[in-house]
Amino acid sequence: MATVPDASGRFGPYGGRYVPETLMAALEQLADAYAEAREDPDFQQQLDYLLKQYVGRPTPLYFARRLTEAWGGARVYLKREDLTHTGAHKINNTVGQALLAVRMGKTRLIAETGAGQHGVAAATGAALMGLECDIYMGTEDMRRQRLNVFRMQALGARVVGVETGQRTLKDAINEAMRDWMATVEHTHYCFGTTAGPHPFPVMVRDFQSVIGREIRRQCQKQEGCLPTAVVACVGGGSNAAGAFFAFLDDEDVALVGVEAGGRGLASGQHAAPLCAGKPGVLHGSLSYVLQDDAGQTLPVHSVSAGLDYPGVGPEHAYWKDTGRVRYTSATDDEALAAFVELARTEGIVPALESSHALVEAKKMAPEMDRRDVLVVNLSGRGDKDVEEAARLLGDGLAKGPSA
Amino acid sequence: MNRVTAVFRRLRTERRAAFMPFIAAGDPSLEATEAILRTLQDRGVADLVELGVPFSDPIADGPTIQASYQRALARGVTPQAILDTVEHLRGGGLEMPACLMVSYSLVYRPGMERFIERAARAGVDGFIVPDLPADEAGALEQALTAAGLVYVPLVAPTTTPARREKVVAHATGFIYCVAVTGITGERPELPKDLDAYVRGIKEEAKAPVCVGFGLSRSEHVKAVAEVADGAIVGSAIIHRIAECGQAPPARIAEAVADLCADLSAPLRG
Repeated sequence: MATVPDASGRFGPYGGRYVPETLMAALEQLADAYAEAREDPDFQQQLDYLLKQYVGRPTPLYFARRLTEAWGGARVYLKREDLTHTGAHKINNTVGQALLAVRMGKTRLIAETGAGQHGVAAATGAALMGLECDIYMGTEDMRRQRLNVFRMQALGARVVGVETGQRTLKDAINEAMRDWMATVEHTHYCFGTTAGPHPFPVMVRDFQSVIGREIRRQCQKQEGCLPTAVVACVGGGSNAAGAFFAFLDDEDVALVGVEAGGRGLASGQHAAPLCAGKPGVLHGSLSYVLQDDAGQTLPVHSVSAGLDYPGVGPEHAYWKDTGRVRYTSATDDEALAAFVELARTEGIVPALESSHALVEAKKMAPEMDRRDVLVVNLSGRGDKDVEEAARLLGDGLAKGPSA
Repeated sequence: MNRVTAVFRRLRTERRAAFMPFIAAGDPSLEATEAILRTLQDRGVADLVELGVPFSDPIADGPTIQASYQRALARGVTPQAILDTVEHLRGGGLEMPACLMVSYSLVYRPGMERFIERAARAGVDGFIVPDLPADEAGALEQALTAAGLVYVPLVAPTTTPARREKVVAHATGFIYCVAVTGITGERPELPKDLDAYVRGIKEEAKAPVCVGFGLSRSEHVKAVAEVADGAIVGSAIIHRIAECGQAPPARIAEAVADLCADLSAPLRG
């Protein structure tokens, strides 16, 4: 399982490099630089130091007592990626890529962002390393995640509003790629998820795999066993890939990815390519995509800006086909209910993205035994979502939980 | 013989470079596209045409072509309808070679071989797939060759010499030399080192070398023609079409042909 991708970036049939020739030299350079850095003890030492002293790792594996009681069944643990510096797992990747950018002699970082968490994390990495930084963000997402726009600006990044398409994550990636086409000689594209052309899927997964390694160690220490199941939300798939990777060979550990079901898979208004899409090419790799029969990308919908994406990382496509990971979806309404429930049961406001994982965990827990350990990767905190949740829930947020 | 190969053979005897306009199919309508292609041939102002297939996410394209694709998609233009249009034009006597500029997603999804067979039947002469680098293009090249179509790879200023050698060796129609490091769009001037870059490719290439991206004026076409086998102009033409708004197809076609006559004048002596 751990031998993918091959040298050309293939996870089985998925992955590869479907990009304009202009970007090929940069991708080859990046793949070489990353392969070197991966084996370089100095690089690893710098990265480990930053992850510990700057990002705040290891993040806790927290036993959610009240949630466990409320749900009945499995012992529920939360992997607290929301407690990292900047408040989401995205920083694990951007610190690594910012270090790599400096190593390659690049002076500028660009990035796309949906929810703004990757944009904030990239702007943070750029500030930390003294790099110039431009962040592409759809104007619809700028509206939904206003707070993060100000955070990026405070960090010295320029936020470039993207008006094309649906004005969300997919369109921000298009614009960032176009920028990179013209600036590739001095600019590093700090891609935020496990999608995109090789080597991004493998590199981002590696930088995020610290999550699963910690879960493994912490679970063994706290519970004396491996988790029964690990659940994570899947947009592009980086927090899920990071949480799952350490457990691929442990076949007794169930791995569950939760996509954005939007208004329900039957409505067609969702962002669940693994559950409802087909193999196709988008943003440089072959994977499951939401497309029409001609290959045009379809509009997507999710309450969560970070999951509002028609594609998914190629390694997830591979895990789906091999059956190693089970993929399901949660609707907007379910995610909003989970958002409120976690806040009120544990005093933790989760990101709307991570709330999707909680929805599935709540369905799984009562079916499991008291001795089972169910780990939910709480990929980010929900401060950024409070305004949007208030808008969508109206009085629902001010009143108590209806359940 | 494939029409692309034939036209470059003829131009070689005439000692003249090719002029190749880029037209986004279906903008503002497929009727307009039909009229444009017919008029370009009738007035003799284009040697080949590059037919852009509108795609939802064209990452190599600047704002002009993006907007053009969006207009066509909003009208419901599909790859199948474009191929039907080509077939109709061929039936009506269009002989000008036509290459599709098509994103790989649109080739992959319906099935590559099926799509290529349909395109060949319609009368398409070659494929330019801007997001399929030579490394991934082996199967495409084979399928095109089997169908009698030409494979047009792209070379960019960032292409390393080792890559360039591989890319150039596989071209069967012509080599699309990307003039600038960046996306499509009109630029006031050509890059200063374009000459040396194109000459470098010419030395290695057996196939003709055509230059595109950033060309928008007749002096650009003239300069490119001195070193290359062809000049490609896209955004400037799309820009002109957009200015025509909802004018009747015949008027749009004349406007495009006028512009192409101006742009290609330096090639005709």
